[in-house]
Amino acid sequence: MKIGVLALQGAVAEHIRSLEAAGAEAVAVKRMEELAELDGIVIPGGESTTIGKLIRKYGFLEALQDFSKQGKPLFGTCAGLIILADKIDGQDDAHLKLMDMVVARNAFGRQRESFETDLPIKGINEPIRAVFIRAPLIKEVGSSVDVLSVYNDEIVAARQGHLLACSFHPELTDDFRLHAYFVDMVKEATKTTTK
Amino acid sequence: METGTSRVKRGMAEMQKGGVIMDVMNAEQAKIAEAAGATAVMALERVPSDIRAAGGVARMADPTIVEEVMKVVSIPVMAKARIGHITEARVLESMGVDYIDESEVLTPADEVFHISKNEFTVPFVCGAKDLGEALRRIQEGAAMLRTKGEPGTGNIVEAVRHLRLINGQIRKVQNLSKDELYHEAKVLGVPYDLLLQVSESGKLPVVNFAAGGVATPSDAALMMELGADGVFVGSGIFKSDSPEKFARAIVEATTHFRDYKLIAEVSKNLGTPMKGIEISKLNAAERMQDRGL
Repeated sequence: MKIGVLALQGAVAEHIRSLEAAGAEAVAVKRMEELAELDGIVIPGGESTTIGKLIRKYGFLEALQDFSKQGKPLFGTCAGLIILADKIDGQDDAHLKLMDMVVARNAFGRQRESFETDLPIKGINEPIRAVFIRAPLIKEVGSSVDVLSVYNDEIVAARQGHLLACSFHPELTDDFRLHAYFVDMVKEATKTTTK
Repeated sequence: METGTSRVKRGMAEMQKGGVIMDVMNAEQAKIAEAAGATAVMALERVPSDIRAAGGVARMADPTIVEEVMKVVSIPVMAKARIGHITEARVLESMGVDYIDESEVLTPADEVFHISKNEFTVPFVCGAKDLGEALRRIQEGAAMLRTKGEPGTGNIVEAVRHLRLINGQIRKVQNLSKDELYHEAKVLGVPYDLLLQVSESGKLPVVNFAAGGVATPSDAALMMELGADGVFVGSGIFKSDSPEKFARAIVEATTHFRDYKLIAEVSKNLGTPMKGIEISKLNAAERMQDRGL
């Protein structure tokens, strides 16, 4: 089982370290041809406008949508959550349009409003330390989306089948439980998808 | 809930990795930078090459420029304060600037003390040309580093020197024994604990970008090859003939820094890059990298 981390821009090395700590083989992915050998992929935090442009430039838009159609899991953190969303609040267009949700960018404000907090997550026993950096929020979700975590009445983590997204940065701490959760999703999916 | 923690400040810089941070002087340039794929912009009154040409005292930008840039882009906005100028930094923080560069490009306000950056909620980036400077800035609270290079020259040689030196020094301290590390901390003028951390992990505890002299897509890719986490481009973009094309080319070369065919492709017909200055032609007072050690 091999999980990729989309390495166009952002915190790639931290995700690779966390995935490995959660027991998976992890690789950085710069070209769409490399998707074929993967069982799942993480779209990391970074600047969503930059990642969004490079995704289009290098043919990842259709390639990742196709990856998802095969039932292979995708995990978006922060900017990655924005990339996965169907709709971005205040913008005419979105990126991959895979997850049935409306997201708002920089929803907590500027960098000085960035924070960390203990956050309970459905499916994980004890709260995890969640680091929010100029973080987005999930404003609305469709009926097929399972809300995994709420902070101050706003949705900050959600799952829709083989798609997982969170507003914060699990890769910036030494707590690997959310990555382990995703690794389990990938394991589950490899049983049903054919390579 | 805690704001301004070291993790939140350093994490913000982690999110810039593999990206290009561009100097801009107005809203229009900021929009061009964002559209080209910049991960952040640095709002300035004058780019380094103009500061060099103008001479005199270079200060924090007029808040109007910073505000106007913050209004038009959704990516993070950085701004420069003079070394040691606590008030300029507090003013920028109060305006909601996302990152402050305590920068040698501006005329230092204090020739001895840097700002005590740990006391701020907003994160800081500082320049460093060797491991001693790097760890002193981190000790003061810098959450991100960049090479000093020689700003506004369009000459990459100093940024290369600084990155090579820092990386070489890291490799050296990795092989030192405890007793040697105590001595090395004294020689470098840095706290022992921080040096021990570098010795054990083999890397700096914060992100280190390249800055000061990046003038072409190949320059940006070279700095990534040498281990930079990302690139600041100052005078290079908006002093070039076609800023939009140039900015996009730098972004692509930084992402795919080992894809030489791609770099060749994006480097075509970019027009004349900034003229550049041979470093030995600068007199001592013109060397910005010697400010704030």
